[in-house]
Amino acid sequence: MTDFLLQKLFLFDPLSIFFLAVILIICIPSLIYSFGYLKGEYSAAKIALAQILLFFFVSSMVLVVSVSNCLVFLLFWEIMSLVSYFLVIFDIKHSKSIRAGLIYIVMTHIGTAFIIGAFVVLYKYSRSFDFLAIKNAVQAMPLQTKNIVFLLFLIGFGTKAGIVPLHIWLPYAHPQAPSHISSIMSGVMIKTAIYGIIRFVIFELGVASSWWGALVLILAIISCLAGVIYALMEHDIKRLLAYHSVENIGIILLGVGLGMFFISLNLPYLAVFSLIAGLYHLINHAIFKGLLFLCAGSVYKTTGTRNIEKLGGLIKKMPYTAACFLLGALAISALPPFNGFVSEWLTLQAFILGAFDVIGGNKLFLGLCGAMLALTSGLAAACFVKAFGVTFLGQARSYHAHNAKEVSLSMKIGMSFLALLTVIFGLAAALIIKLLAKVSASALGIDISSMSFSINNFTLSVQPAKGVYLSTPMVALGLIIFGVVSFVIYRVINSYKPRVYKTWDCGYYKLDSANEYTATAFSKPFRIAFSFFLLPYRRTQKIRESFYHVKSFSYETRTTKIFKKYIYDPTLVLVLRVAKSMRKIQPGSIHLYLGYIFITLLLMIMFMSKF
Amino acid sequence: MKLILHIFVFILVSPLLSGLISKIKNNLRMRKGQSIFQPYYNLTKLFSKGEVISETASWIFRVAPFVVLSSTLTAAILVLVGFFNNSIHQMGDFIALIFIFALGRFFLSLAALDTGSSFGGMGSSREMFISSLVEPAMFMVIFAVSLQFGSTNISAFGSLHTVSASSIVAAVALFLIVIAETSRIPVDNQETHLELTMIHEAMVLEYSGRSLALIELASYIKQMIYFSLIAQLIFPVGPSEGNFTQIILWFLWYLSRLGIIALVVALVEISVAKMRLFRAADFLGFAFVLGVIATVCAILGV
Repeated sequence: MTDFLLQKLFLFDPLSIFFLAVILIICIPSLIYSFGYLKGEYSAAKIALAQILLFFFVSSMVLVVSVSNCLVFLLFWEIMSLVSYFLVIFDIKHSKSIRAGLIYIVMTHIGTAFIIGAFVVLYKYSRSFDFLAIKNAVQAMPLQTKNIVFLLFLIGFGTKAGIVPLHIWLPYAHPQAPSHISSIMSGVMIKTAIYGIIRFVIFELGVASSWWGALVLILAIISCLAGVIYALMEHDIKRLLAYHSVENIGIILLGVGLGMFFISLNLPYLAVFSLIAGLYHLINHAIFKGLLFLCAGSVYKTTGTRNIEKLGGLIKKMPYTAACFLLGALAISALPPFNGFVSEWLTLQAFILGAFDVIGGNKLFLGLCGAMLALTSGLAAACFVKAFGVTFLGQARSYHAHNAKEVSLSMKIGMSFLALLTVIFGLAAALIIKLLAKVSASALGIDISSMSFSINNFTLSVQPAKGVYLSTPMVALGLIIFGVVSFVIYRVINSYKPRVYKTWDCGYYKLDSANEYTATAFSKPFRIAFSFFLLPYRRTQKIRESFYHVKSFSYETRTTKIFKKYIYDPTLVLVLRVAKSMRKIQPGSIHLYLGYIFITLLLMIMFMSKF
Repeated sequence: MKLILHIFVFILVSPLLSGLISKIKNNLRMRKGQSIFQPYYNLTKLFSKGEVISETASWIFRVAPFVVLSSTLTAAILVLVGFFNNSIHQMGDFIALIFIFALGRFFLSLAALDTGSSFGGMGSSREMFISSLVEPAMFMVIFAVSLQFGSTNISAFGSLHTVSASSIVAAVALFLIVIAETSRIPVDNQETHLELTMIHEAMVLEYSGRSLALIELASYIKQMIYFSLIAQLIFPVGPSEGNFTQIILWFLWYLSRLGIIALVVALVEISVAKMRLFRAADFLGFAFVLGVIATVCAILGV
């Protein structure tokens, strides 16, 4: 029986094993962290409930990426969504939680509906729910149907992944869950959607035409830019990180989309390389976003606020959390020699290497996509200067921030494990790429034995013929050597001790936290430069005692979320209106209802006989 | 060994370029101006003084100058191996160069926020704004250059190559980027400490003494690296080889090419006014469009 189950229900190919590894790498430190985080925050019964839900959550994700049957996949996919819904509304005291949970569960089920639709169409052609049977059967599928299935999968999994404009639930749901759950949701759960896209679109369907890849690339670029621009405007630290998940899902999809683009143009070497870049960024994002959410959770637990405008100066109160957050910020801003840098370098390199082999306008298309990725990484760096600088540096802006304390040992262990991984995944890039090459090749169904991703002495050479190299250990070594040399020069050249004195205050004498630059002020240039997208609103009011004396001044600013305002809000109004008019056919007569059931049954039978 | 000597000379020479620009600017404005060795005097003065550190500042503020200098020197190695020896460096390529610079900038921006002064925050915000808009233009230049020369390696165009339309347009785009990156007029002004206009100077306002000297030195080296990249695109030279006098002559020619770029920078600085901060977005947008044109030229093969 167990043999039967293992053979029929599970599929442990390199792609599944890779995702299992990602899940375990993030879930173990989050679990360790949760012991310290939940203690004192909730009652004992609630903590037990949280750990049981966490167990079900993690096991459903593990099963989602390892089963080999569509029906079972859907079952676990649904369990994963429901358990995560209960985790989102875990802080039931918060009025925001219920609303966030509602948005989440509606959006995720819309996504699931599209996935079910795709499976139904696939079943029509293959008469089987087994992955390998479907893979064989789709060869005979007409192109039109393939296109429809692709779009169904893209919308279905895109909703879970949070690509723009389907991202609407993500900034509500992720921050509302307890922080270790946020780290798992952002780090791992949305990656199962990427698994879905790779498994069903690339592995099962096979990329049929080149516009699939181009469409994914364009959606990915929009996700990158919209995600990072919204993140810049956000001052709730966990929502800021949630918007960065939208951005990073975009970067991952750039790698995946490039892979699809190149495979349809019959450029296998580049397809494997691009998918490696995507998968590498996937695991990197899981690591640094998991880390950043855990650090944000530590800040929230000790200060009780997520609003960075009320924080500040925490680096002195919580040096350990600050150091971990800094490592995460360096990694997500793609700075060398940390892990985010390697995967972003690979993605940019994939654009450039691809441009050598495609023709004409496609070259320019790849160049422009690459430029937008470069813009994204620049904006992300700006956003994390804001997030780290305003939260941890300067002076405390509130009583709570002033009295913050370092967190407990188990939380430190959880954070430092992931912080260490950002360094390891940066330095051991050559080794990891070798492993990812196998995953990527098996997903694409390409034999890579004839290709060489030549790797020697921890140096990664991208394409032997062109010979582009990157060696993060050497960059790190260079940085350390020159850092030490400049420190020695600094010490030797004179022996004055630095004098510690007040910050220069232009003779004001009362410099305090009210004079500090705020996050709103920091992001102002971006708010103005991207005003066509953010549609900022501001109101200033002077309250005067007399014409010459302004007693106080009020300033209010906010930005418009255009996707919510122009897509979701009108849709919601429409749905409510239709529901209202549907009430007319529900007069309460049981005979009429029996008639409805009969008619529905007839229609279903007619539909199935067509099918 | 020869390489280490090269790099040492390169670092020693880098402040001269700023002195030269300042001298040219002053002479064109009919002023006598300071000596072209003034940057050296400034560095000597700063290195021999003590420093004041804000009591609000944390270890980020103390570490930032070392990160800035070491990242700039690492970037210098990357460029110089490509240009002086024309050998492929295993450490990284053109893209890595940009990200290594970004590391130093990230720490300097954090250090600016660390002292809790509004000047620092102002500088930090503006610097990150400008630099994030530089990125797409920079990538387009890298893209055009690598399409033309076959790879993103810096050594790919470190040899004596023919100057095409694409590399000229790319060099112009890079020139605009360099004006923004090295805080020159019309994007920023190195000569003023007026709070309405300063960007880079606002960030380093709280630094003094030896730490300031390290940051200043880093910005001289960064300027020289960028000038070398532009010079190599429009006045290409081969790697340095031969006997001692030949190498000296090669080095003098290398420096005089940088002098030409410095002259153009000085001319731009005295002939335009500083832009409002938000006009810098248009300025860099223009650099991006030039980068796209360079790419199109490279695709067409001209």
